[in-house]
Amino acid sequence: MAEVLVVTSGKGGVGKTTSTAALGAALAQTGQSVVVIDFDVGLRNLDLVMGAERRVVYDLINVVQGDANLNQALIKDKRVESLSLLPASQTRDKDALTAEGVERVINELKGRFDWIICDSPAGIERGAYFAMRHADLAVIVTNPEVSSVRDSDRIIGLLDSKTEKAERGETMEKLLLLTRYDPVRAERGDMLKVDDILEILSIPLLGIIPESPEVLKASNLGSPVTLANPLSAPARAYLDAARRLRGETIEMTVPSEKKRLFGNLFGRRAA
Amino acid sequence: MSQAALQIVPKPADAVSETAAKRRPIRFRGRSFMALVLAPEQPLEEWYAELDGLTAGSPGFFGERPVVLDVSGIKLSPRLLAALLGELDIRKVRIIGVEGCDPKFLDGPNARLAMPVGGRAAGEISAKEAAAASTTSLVIDHPVRSGQSISFQGDVTICGSVASGAEIVAGGSIHVYGALRGRAIAGSAGDGKARIFCRKLDAELLAIDGVYMTTDELDKALRGKPVRAQLDGEILRVHALD
Repeated sequence: MAEVLVVTSGKGGVGKTTSTAALGAALAQTGQSVVVIDFDVGLRNLDLVMGAERRVVYDLINVVQGDANLNQALIKDKRVESLSLLPASQTRDKDALTAEGVERVINELKGRFDWIICDSPAGIERGAYFAMRHADLAVIVTNPEVSSVRDSDRIIGLLDSKTEKAERGETMEKLLLLTRYDPVRAERGDMLKVDDILEILSIPLLGIIPESPEVLKASNLGSPVTLANPLSAPARAYLDAARRLRGETIEMTVPSEKKRLFGNLFGRRAA
Repeated sequence: MSQAALQIVPKPADAVSETAAKRRPIRFRGRSFMALVLAPEQPLEEWYAELDGLTAGSPGFFGERPVVLDVSGIKLSPRLLAALLGELDIRKVRIIGVEGCDPKFLDGPNARLAMPVGGRAAGEISAKEAAAASTTSLVIDHPVRSGQSISFQGDVTICGSVASGAEIVAGGSIHVYGALRGRAIAGSAGDGKARIFCRKLDAELLAIDGVYMTTDELDKALRGKPVRAQLDGEILRVHALD
Protein backbone atom coordinates (compact mmCIF):
# COMPACT_ATOMS: atom_id res chain seq x y z
CA MET A 1 0.00 0.00 0.00
CA ALA A 2 1.34 3.37 -0.98
CA GLU A 3 2.20 5.83 1.74
CA VAL A 4 1.38 9.50 1.10
CA LEU A 5 3.78 11.76 2.93
CA VAL A 6 3.67 15.56 3.09
CA VAL A 7 6.79 17.59 3.81
CA THR A 8 5.61 20.85 5.34
CA SER A 9 6.61 23.63 7.75
CA GLY A 10 4.47 26.76 7.51
CA LYS A 11 7.54 28.95 7.36
CA GLY A 12 9.54 29.38 4.18
CA GLY A 13 13.23 28.74 3.70
CA VAL A 14 13.59 26.07 6.37
CA GLY A 15 14.48 23.27 3.95
CA LYS A 16 11.24 21.62 2.78
CA THR A 17 12.31 21.20 -0.83
CA THR A 18 15.85 20.11 0.07
CA SER A 19 14.41 17.60 2.54
CA THR A 20 11.81 16.33 0.05
CA ALA A 21 14.54 15.67 -2.51
CA ALA A 22 16.93 14.12 0.02
CA LEU A 23 14.32 11.88 1.70
CA GLY A 24 12.83 10.89 -1.66
CA ALA A 25 16.23 9.93 -3.03
CA ALA A 26 17.20 8.18 0.22
CA LEU A 27 14.04 6.05 0.15
CA ALA A 28 14.61 5.26 -3.52
CA GLN A 29 18.22 4.30 -2.71
CA THR A 30 16.84 1.62 -0.37
CA GLY A 31 14.95 0.15 -3.35
CA GLN A 32 11.52 1.71 -2.76
CA SER A 33 9.69 3.29 -5.66
CA VAL A 34 9.17 6.96 -4.92
CA VAL A 35 7.52 9.94 -6.57
CA VAL A 36 8.13 13.48 -5.33
CA ILE A 37 5.47 16.07 -6.20
CA ASP A 38 6.08 19.80 -6.21
CA PHE A 39 2.96 21.62 -4.93
CA ASP A 40 4.60 25.03 -5.08
CA VAL A 41 2.73 26.06 -8.23
CA GLY A 42 4.15 29.29 -9.59
CA LEU A 43 7.37 29.10 -7.57
CA ARG A 44 8.62 25.67 -8.48
CA ASN A 45 12.03 24.63 -7.16
CA LEU A 46 12.00 20.89 -6.70
CA ASP A 47 12.92 20.34 -10.36
CA LEU A 48 16.06 22.44 -9.85
CA VAL A 49 17.11 20.66 -6.68
CA MET A 50 16.54 17.33 -8.45
CA GLY A 51 18.46 18.50 -11.53
CA ALA A 52 15.51 17.93 -13.86
CA GLU A 53 14.66 21.50 -14.86
CA ARG A 54 15.58 20.95 -18.50
CA ARG A 55 13.41 17.87 -18.81
CA VAL A 56 10.04 19.35 -17.75
CA VAL A 57 7.44 19.15 -20.52
CA TYR A 58 4.13 18.62 -18.72
CA ASP A 59 3.47 19.42 -15.08
CA LEU A 60 1.14 18.81 -12.15
CA ILE A 61 -1.37 21.43 -13.36
CA ASN A 62 -1.58 19.84 -16.81
CA VAL A 63 -2.39 16.52 -15.17
CA VAL A 64 -4.81 18.03 -12.62
CA GLN A 65 -6.70 19.76 -15.42
CA GLY A 66 -6.66 16.70 -17.65
CA ASP A 67 -4.46 18.17 -20.40
CA ALA A 68 -1.80 15.50 -19.98
CA ASN A 69 -1.60 12.05 -18.42
CA LEU A 70 0.77 10.97 -15.69
CA ASN A 71 3.10 9.11 -18.02
CA GLN A 72 3.71 12.30 -19.93
CA ALA A 73 4.35 14.38 -16.84
CA LEU A 74 6.41 12.06 -14.62
CA ILE A 75 10.16 12.54 -14.95
CA LYS A 76 12.32 9.54 -14.10
CA ASP A 77 15.53 10.33 -12.25
CA LYS A 78 18.68 9.49 -14.22
CA ARG A 79 20.70 8.44 -11.14
CA VAL A 80 18.19 6.32 -9.23
CA GLU A 81 15.78 4.39 -11.39
CA SER A 82 12.98 4.05 -8.83
CA LEU A 83 12.75 7.83 -8.22
CA SER A 84 10.34 10.04 -10.19
CA LEU A 85 9.39 13.70 -10.11
CA LEU A 86 6.07 15.36 -10.81
CA PRO A 87 7.00 19.01 -11.28
CA ALA A 88 4.86 22.07 -10.58
CA SER A 89 3.92 24.64 -13.18
CA GLN A 90 5.91 27.86 -13.09
CA THR A 91 3.53 29.91 -15.22
CA ARG A 92 0.33 29.24 -13.29
CA ASP A 93 -0.69 29.94 -9.71
CA LYS A 94 -2.21 27.92 -6.89
CA ASP A 95 -5.76 28.68 -8.01
CA ALA A 96 -5.20 26.24 -10.86
CA LEU A 97 -5.24 23.37 -8.33
CA THR A 98 -8.65 21.75 -7.88
CA ALA A 99 -9.80 19.38 -5.16
CA GLU A 100 -11.04 16.69 -7.57
CA GLY A 101 -7.98 16.97 -9.80
CA VAL A 102 -5.49 16.61 -6.94
CA GLU A 103 -7.41 13.70 -5.48
CA ARG A 104 -7.46 11.91 -8.85
CA VAL A 105 -3.70 12.41 -9.34
CA ILE A 106 -2.86 11.12 -5.83
CA ASN A 107 -5.11 8.08 -6.25
CA GLU A 108 -3.55 7.26 -9.59
CA LEU A 109 -0.04 7.57 -8.15
CA LYS A 110 -0.98 5.28 -5.25
CA GLY A 111 -1.22 2.39 -7.69
CA ARG A 112 2.28 2.95 -9.02
CA PHE A 113 4.58 3.93 -6.16
CA ASP A 114 5.48 2.86 -2.63
CA TRP A 115 5.92 6.46 -1.51
CA ILE A 116 4.24 9.64 -2.68
CA ILE A 117 6.07 12.63 -1.21
CA CYS A 118 4.30 15.98 -1.48
CA ASP A 119 6.55 19.03 -1.22
CA SER A 120 4.34 21.70 0.36
CA PRO A 121 4.75 25.40 -0.40
CA ALA A 122 5.30 27.76 2.53
CA GLY A 123 2.26 29.35 4.12
CA ILE A 124 -1.11 27.92 5.07
CA GLU A 125 -3.03 28.75 1.93
CA ARG A 126 -4.35 26.77 -1.01
CA GLY A 127 -1.10 25.12 -2.12
CA ALA A 128 -0.19 23.97 1.39
CA TYR A 129 -3.76 22.80 1.95
CA PHE A 130 -3.79 20.58 -1.15
CA ALA A 131 -0.32 19.23 -0.39
CA MET A 132 -1.41 18.00 3.07
CA ARG A 133 -5.00 17.12 2.17
CA HIS A 134 -4.50 13.44 1.26
CA ALA A 135 -1.46 12.64 3.41
CA ASP A 136 -1.17 9.60 5.69
CA LEU A 137 1.94 10.95 7.34
CA ALA A 138 3.52 14.37 7.77
CA VAL A 139 7.14 15.38 8.13
CA ILE A 140 7.39 18.79 9.78
CA VAL A 141 10.60 20.56 8.81
CA THR A 142 11.72 22.93 11.54
CA ASN A 143 14.78 25.10 12.13
CA PRO A 144 16.01 25.58 15.70
CA GLU A 145 14.60 29.09 16.08
CA VAL A 146 11.39 30.40 17.65
CA SER A 147 9.56 31.66 14.55
CA SER A 148 10.04 28.36 12.76
CA VAL A 149 8.87 26.41 15.82
CA ARG A 150 5.72 28.48 16.18
CA ASP A 151 4.86 28.14 12.49
CA SER A 152 5.39 24.39 12.74
CA ASP A 153 3.00 24.30 15.66
CA ARG A 154 0.41 26.13 13.56
CA ILE A 155 0.83 23.63 10.72
CA ILE A 156 0.43 20.71 13.14
CA GLY A 157 -2.89 22.23 14.20
CA LEU A 158 -4.00 22.37 10.57
CA LEU A 159 -2.85 18.80 9.92
CA ASP A 160 -5.09 17.77 12.80
CA SER A 161 -8.13 19.56 11.40
CA LYS A 162 -7.97 20.16 7.65
CA THR A 163 -6.76 16.84 6.26
CA GLU A 164 -8.91 13.96 5.00
CA LYS A 165 -7.55 11.75 7.75
CA ALA A 166 -8.51 14.27 10.44
CA GLU A 167 -11.97 14.66 8.94
CA ARG A 168 -12.45 10.90 9.15
CA GLY A 169 -11.67 11.22 12.87
CA GLU A 170 -8.27 9.52 12.62
CA THR A 171 -5.02 10.99 13.90
CA MET A 172 -2.37 11.97 11.44
CA GLU A 173 1.11 10.72 12.27
CA LYS A 174 3.46 13.71 12.48
CA LEU A 175 7.24 13.51 12.64
CA LEU A 176 9.71 16.28 13.30
CA LEU A 177 12.71 16.79 11.03
CA LEU A 178 15.04 19.32 12.56
CA THR A 179 17.21 20.97 9.90
CA ARG A 180 20.15 23.38 9.96
CA TYR A 181 21.04 22.23 13.45
CA ASP A 182 24.37 23.33 14.86
CA PRO A 183 25.18 21.46 18.10
CA VAL A 184 27.88 23.96 19.10
CA ARG A 185 25.60 26.98 18.76
CA ALA A 186 22.74 25.15 20.49
CA GLU A 187 25.04 24.41 23.41
CA ARG A 188 26.09 28.07 23.57
CA GLY A 189 22.42 29.05 23.73
CA ASP A 190 22.33 30.83 20.34
CA MET A 191 19.86 28.26 19.07
CA LEU A 192 16.98 26.33 20.57
CA LYS A 193 18.00 22.94 21.86
CA VAL A 194 16.47 19.71 20.57
CA ASP A 195 14.75 18.98 23.89
CA ASP A 196 13.17 22.44 24.04
CA ILE A 197 11.76 22.07 20.52
CA LEU A 198 10.42 18.58 21.23
CA GLU A 199 8.82 19.85 24.42
CA ILE A 200 7.05 22.68 22.59
CA LEU A 201 5.88 20.65 19.58
CA SER A 202 5.37 17.33 21.38
CA ILE A 203 5.70 15.13 18.29
CA PRO A 204 8.27 12.34 17.72
CA LEU A 205 11.63 13.12 16.13
CA LEU A 206 12.43 11.70 12.69
CA GLY A 207 15.94 13.08 12.40
CA ILE A 208 18.35 15.93 13.02
CA ILE A 209 20.10 17.32 9.94
CA PRO A 210 23.26 19.23 10.83
CA GLU A 211 23.98 22.63 9.27
CA SER A 212 26.46 21.94 6.45
CA PRO A 213 27.77 23.60 3.29
CA GLU A 214 27.26 20.22 1.59
CA VAL A 215 23.50 20.91 1.41
CA LEU A 216 23.92 24.12 -0.57
CA LYS A 217 26.60 22.55 -2.72
CA ALA A 218 24.29 19.65 -3.62
CA SER A 219 21.38 22.02 -4.39
CA ASN A 220 23.54 24.03 -6.75
CA LEU A 221 24.63 20.83 -8.45
CA GLY A 222 20.99 19.86 -8.94
CA SER A 223 21.33 16.70 -6.92
CA PRO A 224 19.74 15.54 -3.65
CA VAL A 225 22.48 15.58 -1.00
CA THR A 226 22.08 11.84 -0.39
CA LEU A 227 23.12 11.24 -4.01
CA ALA A 228 25.65 14.05 -4.39
CA ASN A 229 27.72 13.13 -1.37
CA PRO A 230 26.27 10.11 0.48
CA LEU A 231 29.05 10.11 3.07
CA SER A 232 28.59 13.74 4.13
CA ALA A 233 27.03 14.44 7.53
CA PRO A 234 23.67 15.75 6.24
CA ALA A 235 23.38 12.86 3.76
CA ARG A 236 23.94 10.31 6.53
CA ALA A 237 21.31 12.08 8.66
CA TYR A 238 18.78 11.95 5.78
CA LEU A 239 19.60 8.30 5.03
CA ASP A 240 18.99 7.45 8.72
CA ALA A 241 15.71 9.40 8.65
CA ALA A 242 14.59 7.48 5.55
CA ARG A 243 15.32 4.16 7.30
CA ARG A 244 13.29 5.33 10.30
CA LEU A 245 10.43 6.11 7.91
CA ARG A 246 10.61 2.49 6.79
CA GLY A 247 10.16 1.39 10.38
CA GLU A 248 13.74 0.65 11.39
CA THR A 249 14.94 1.67 14.83
CA ILE A 250 18.13 3.66 14.56
CA GLU A 251 19.80 5.51 17.39
CA MET A 252 19.31 9.27 17.12
CA THR A 253 22.62 11.03 16.59
CA VAL A 254 23.71 14.27 14.97
CA PRO A 255 26.25 13.13 12.36
CA SER A 256 29.33 15.34 12.04
CA GLU A 257 31.94 15.63 9.30
CA LYS A 258 34.88 13.35 9.97
CA LYS A 259 38.07 15.38 10.09
CA ARG A 260 40.63 13.92 7.76
CA LEU A 261 43.90 13.50 9.57
CA PHE A 262 45.98 15.60 7.24
CA GLY A 263 43.09 17.57 5.88
CA ASN A 264 44.18 20.83 7.36
CA LEU A 265 47.89 20.30 6.87
CA PHE A 266 47.87 19.33 3.22
CA GLY A 267 44.49 20.67 2.14
CA ARG A 268 45.79 23.11 -0.41
CA ARG A 269 48.37 22.74 -3.05
CA ALA A 270 50.68 25.57 -3.96
CA ALA A 271 49.58 26.97 -7.28
CA MET B 1 -15.55 38.32 23.13
CA SER B 2 -13.61 41.42 23.82
CA GLN B 3 -13.49 43.74 26.67
CA ALA B 4 -11.93 47.11 27.06
CA ALA B 5 -11.46 49.20 30.12
CA LEU B 6 -11.36 52.91 29.85
CA GLN B 7 -10.80 55.40 32.56
CA ILE B 8 -12.40 58.80 32.64
CA VAL B 9 -10.90 61.36 34.93
CA PRO B 10 -13.38 64.11 35.87
CA LYS B 11 -12.43 67.56 34.70
CA PRO B 12 -11.24 69.55 37.72
CA ALA B 13 -13.40 72.50 38.71
CA ASP B 14 -11.79 75.88 39.37
CA ALA B 15 -11.13 74.97 42.95
CA VAL B 16 -10.84 71.25 43.50
CA SER B 17 -12.49 70.33 46.75
CA GLU B 18 -10.78 67.95 49.16
CA THR B 19 -13.32 65.17 48.70
CA ALA B 20 -13.27 65.31 44.92
CA ALA B 21 -9.50 65.04 44.89
CA LYS B 22 -9.61 61.98 47.11
CA ARG B 23 -12.43 60.21 45.32
CA ARG B 24 -11.47 57.55 42.83
CA PRO B 25 -12.22 58.58 39.28
CA ILE B 26 -15.36 57.05 37.79
CA ARG B 27 -14.44 54.10 35.62
CA PHE B 28 -16.28 52.80 32.62
CA ARG B 29 -15.67 49.42 31.14
CA GLY B 30 -16.70 48.39 27.68
CA ARG B 31 -17.94 44.87 27.22
CA SER B 32 -19.13 42.99 24.21
CA PHE B 33 -20.94 39.71 24.24
CA MET B 34 -23.21 37.73 22.02
CA ALA B 35 -26.96 38.13 22.21
CA LEU B 36 -29.40 35.81 20.49
CA VAL B 37 -31.69 37.59 18.09
CA LEU B 38 -35.24 36.30 18.04
CA ALA B 39 -37.35 37.34 15.05
CA PRO B 40 -41.04 36.38 15.42
CA GLU B 41 -43.10 35.71 12.32
CA GLN B 42 -46.83 35.95 11.73
CA PRO B 43 -49.14 34.22 12.41
CA LEU B 44 -47.90 34.57 15.96
CA GLU B 45 -49.92 31.68 17.38
CA GLU B 46 -47.99 29.23 15.17
CA TRP B 47 -44.73 30.94 16.01
CA TYR B 48 -45.43 30.58 19.78
CA ALA B 49 -46.14 26.89 19.28
CA GLU B 50 -42.85 26.42 17.42
CA LEU B 51 -41.00 28.29 20.14
CA ASP B 52 -42.59 26.07 22.81
CA GLY B 53 -41.56 23.00 20.82
CA LEU B 54 -37.98 24.23 20.74
CA THR B 55 -37.76 24.98 24.45
CA ALA B 56 -39.40 21.64 25.27
CA GLY B 57 -36.74 19.87 23.19
CA SER B 58 -33.82 21.67 24.83
CA PRO B 59 -34.80 23.07 28.18
CA GLY B 60 -32.48 25.80 29.32
CA PHE B 61 -32.05 26.94 25.74
CA PHE B 62 -32.72 30.51 26.73
CA GLY B 63 -31.55 30.22 30.33
CA GLU B 64 -29.82 33.42 31.31
CA ARG B 65 -29.01 34.30 27.72
CA PRO B 66 -29.58 37.86 26.67
CA VAL B 67 -32.06 37.98 23.80
CA VAL B 68 -32.76 40.80 21.38
CA LEU B 69 -36.22 40.82 19.82
CA ASP B 70 -36.29 41.77 16.15
CA VAL B 71 -39.84 42.76 15.20
CA SER B 72 -39.07 44.14 11.75
CA GLY B 73 -40.72 41.05 10.20
CA ILE B 74 -44.21 41.60 11.62
CA LYS B 75 -46.93 44.18 11.18
CA LEU B 76 -46.91 45.86 14.51
CA SER B 77 -49.13 47.91 16.76
CA PRO B 78 -48.25 49.06 20.25
CA ARG B 79 -50.81 46.62 21.65
CA LEU B 80 -49.46 43.68 19.69
CA LEU B 81 -45.92 44.45 20.83
CA ALA B 82 -46.98 44.62 24.48
CA ALA B 83 -48.75 41.28 24.08
CA LEU B 84 -45.71 39.75 22.41
CA LEU B 85 -43.42 40.89 25.23
CA GLY B 86 -45.90 39.49 27.75
CA GLU B 87 -45.95 36.07 26.04
CA LEU B 88 -42.15 35.92 25.95
CA ASP B 89 -41.96 36.94 29.59
CA ILE B 90 -44.23 34.01 30.49
CA ARG B 91 -41.78 31.75 28.59
CA LYS B 92 -38.90 33.19 30.64
CA VAL B 93 -37.12 34.64 27.61
CA ARG B 94 -34.97 37.49 28.85
CA ILE B 95 -35.43 40.32 26.37
CA ILE B 96 -32.75 42.99 26.71
CA GLY B 97 -33.86 45.07 23.78
CA VAL B 98 -36.31 45.41 20.90
CA GLU B 99 -35.21 46.45 17.46
CA GLY B 100 -36.98 47.08 14.19
CA CYS B 101 -39.87 49.15 15.48
CA ASP B 102 -40.83 52.73 16.16
CA PRO B 103 -39.49 53.56 19.67
CA LYS B 104 -42.85 55.26 20.37
CA PHE B 105 -44.48 51.81 20.35
CA LEU B 106 -42.64 51.01 23.54
CA ASP B 107 -44.20 52.73 26.49
CA GLY B 108 -44.30 52.46 30.25
CA PRO B 109 -41.79 49.99 31.69
CA ASN B 110 -40.98 48.71 28.19
CA ALA B 111 -39.59 52.06 27.05
CA ARG B 112 -36.09 51.13 28.19
CA LEU B 113 -36.06 48.25 25.67
CA ALA B 114 -35.67 50.51 22.65
CA MET B 115 -32.39 49.57 20.97
CA PRO B 116 -30.09 51.77 18.96
CA VAL B 117 -29.64 50.54 15.42
CA GLY B 118 -26.41 48.60 14.99
CA GLY B 119 -24.72 45.43 16.11
CA ARG B 120 -23.04 42.88 13.95
CA ALA B 121 -24.66 39.64 12.82
CA ALA B 122 -22.76 36.62 14.11
CA GLY B 123 -24.28 33.84 12.07
CA GLU B 124 -27.02 31.33 12.73
CA ILE B 125 -26.94 29.45 15.99
CA SER B 126 -28.63 26.08 16.03
CA ALA B 127 -30.59 24.96 19.05
CA LYS B 128 -28.30 21.94 19.41
CA GLU B 129 -25.14 24.03 19.44
CA ALA B 130 -26.57 26.41 21.97
CA ALA B 131 -27.71 23.56 24.18
CA ALA B 132 -24.28 21.90 24.03
CA ALA B 133 -22.67 25.15 25.02
CA SER B 134 -24.71 25.29 28.18
CA THR B 135 -22.78 22.41 29.76
CA THR B 136 -20.35 23.49 32.39
CA SER B 137 -17.05 21.89 31.49
CA LEU B 138 -14.95 21.16 28.42
CA VAL B 139 -11.95 18.83 28.53
CA ILE B 140 -9.44 18.85 25.68
CA ASP B 141 -7.12 15.86 25.45
CA HIS B 142 -4.55 17.22 23.04
CA PRO B 143 -2.21 20.19 22.92
CA VAL B 144 -3.75 23.43 21.63
CA ARG B 145 -1.64 24.50 18.65
CA SER B 146 -0.65 27.96 17.51
CA GLY B 147 -3.53 29.67 15.70
CA GLN B 148 -6.22 27.56 17.35
CA SER B 149 -8.82 29.24 19.50
CA ILE B 150 -10.98 27.42 22.02
CA SER B 151 -14.10 29.28 23.16
CA PHE B 152 -16.40 27.88 25.78
CA GLN B 153 -18.95 29.22 28.23
CA GLY B 154 -17.92 27.08 31.19
CA ASP B 155 -14.63 25.80 32.56
CA VAL B 156 -11.93 24.60 30.15
CA THR B 157 -9.37 21.94 31.03
CA ILE B 158 -6.47 21.26 28.67
CA CYS B 159 -4.50 18.02 29.09
CA GLY B 160 -1.45 19.28 27.21
CA SER B 161 0.17 22.57 26.37
CA VAL B 162 -1.24 25.76 24.92
CA ALA B 163 1.15 27.00 22.25
CA SER B 164 2.34 30.51 21.62
CA GLY B 165 -0.26 32.07 19.34
CA ALA B 166 -3.11 29.88 20.63
CA GLU B 167 -6.02 31.21 22.66
CA ILE B 168 -8.38 29.84 25.28
CA VAL B 169 -11.50 31.88 26.04
CA ALA B 170 -13.59 30.48 28.90
CA GLY B 171 -16.65 31.77 30.64
CA GLY B 172 -15.36 30.03 33.75
CA SER B 173 -11.91 28.94 34.87
CA ILE B 174 -9.03 27.60 32.77
CA HIS B 175 -6.86 24.66 33.81
CA VAL B 176 -3.79 23.79 31.75
CA TYR B 177 -1.96 20.56 32.58
CA GLY B 178 1.06 21.54 30.55
CA ALA B 179 2.85 24.72 29.55
CA LEU B 180 0.70 27.79 28.96
CA ARG B 181 2.45 29.78 26.22
CA GLY B 182 -0.53 31.40 24.49
CA ARG B 183 -3.39 33.53 25.77
CA ALA B 184 -5.75 32.50 28.55
CA ILE B 185 -8.91 34.56 28.94
CA ALA B 186 -11.05 33.35 31.84
CA GLY B 187 -14.33 34.66 33.18
CA SER B 188 -15.05 36.13 29.78
CA ALA B 189 -18.77 36.54 30.44
CA GLY B 190 -18.11 38.66 33.49
CA ASP B 191 -17.18 36.09 36.10
CA GLY B 192 -14.64 37.74 38.40
CA LYS B 193 -14.33 34.57 40.46
CA ALA B 194 -12.86 32.59 37.55
CA ARG B 195 -9.25 31.49 37.89
CA ILE B 196 -6.42 30.32 35.66
CA PHE B 197 -4.20 27.42 36.63
CA CYS B 198 -1.25 26.04 34.71
CA ARG B 199 1.68 23.70 35.17
CA LYS B 200 4.20 25.97 33.51
CA LEU B 201 3.60 29.67 33.00
CA ASP B 202 4.95 31.23 29.84
CA ALA B 203 1.76 32.95 28.74
CA GLU B 204 1.49 35.78 26.26
CA LEU B 205 -1.53 37.14 28.07
CA LEU B 206 -3.64 36.31 31.12
CA ALA B 207 -7.08 37.84 31.56
CA ILE B 208 -9.89 37.37 34.06
CA ASP B 209 -13.16 39.27 33.67
CA GLY B 210 -11.52 41.82 31.41
CA VAL B 211 -8.55 42.56 33.65
CA TYR B 212 -5.50 41.50 31.74
CA MET B 213 -1.76 41.21 32.06
CA THR B 214 0.95 40.51 29.50
CA THR B 215 4.14 38.59 30.13
CA ASP B 216 6.10 41.83 30.44
CA GLU B 217 4.17 42.80 33.54
CA LEU B 218 4.67 39.43 35.15
CA ASP B 219 7.07 38.76 37.99
CA LYS B 220 10.04 37.10 36.28
CA ALA B 221 10.43 34.66 39.17
CA LEU B 222 7.11 33.09 38.17
CA ARG B 223 8.08 32.34 34.57
CA GLY B 224 8.14 28.64 33.90
CA LYS B 225 6.53 27.87 37.29
CA PRO B 226 3.22 26.23 38.09
CA VAL B 227 0.87 29.07 39.04
CA ARG B 228 -2.68 30.14 39.74
CA ALA B 229 -4.06 33.52 38.74
CA GLN B 230 -7.08 35.19 40.27
CA LEU B 231 -8.66 38.58 40.69
CA ASP B 232 -8.22 40.59 43.83
CA GLY B 233 -10.68 43.41 43.27
CA GLU B 234 -9.44 45.04 40.10
CA ILE B 235 -5.96 43.55 40.30
CA LEU B 236 -4.91 40.33 38.64
CA ARG B 237 -2.68 38.40 41.02
CA VAL B 238 -0.48 35.48 40.03
CA HIS B 239 0.81 33.12 42.73
CA ALA B 240 3.18 30.18 42.51
CA LEU B 241 1.38 26.90 43.20
CA ASP B 242 4.19 25.37 45.21
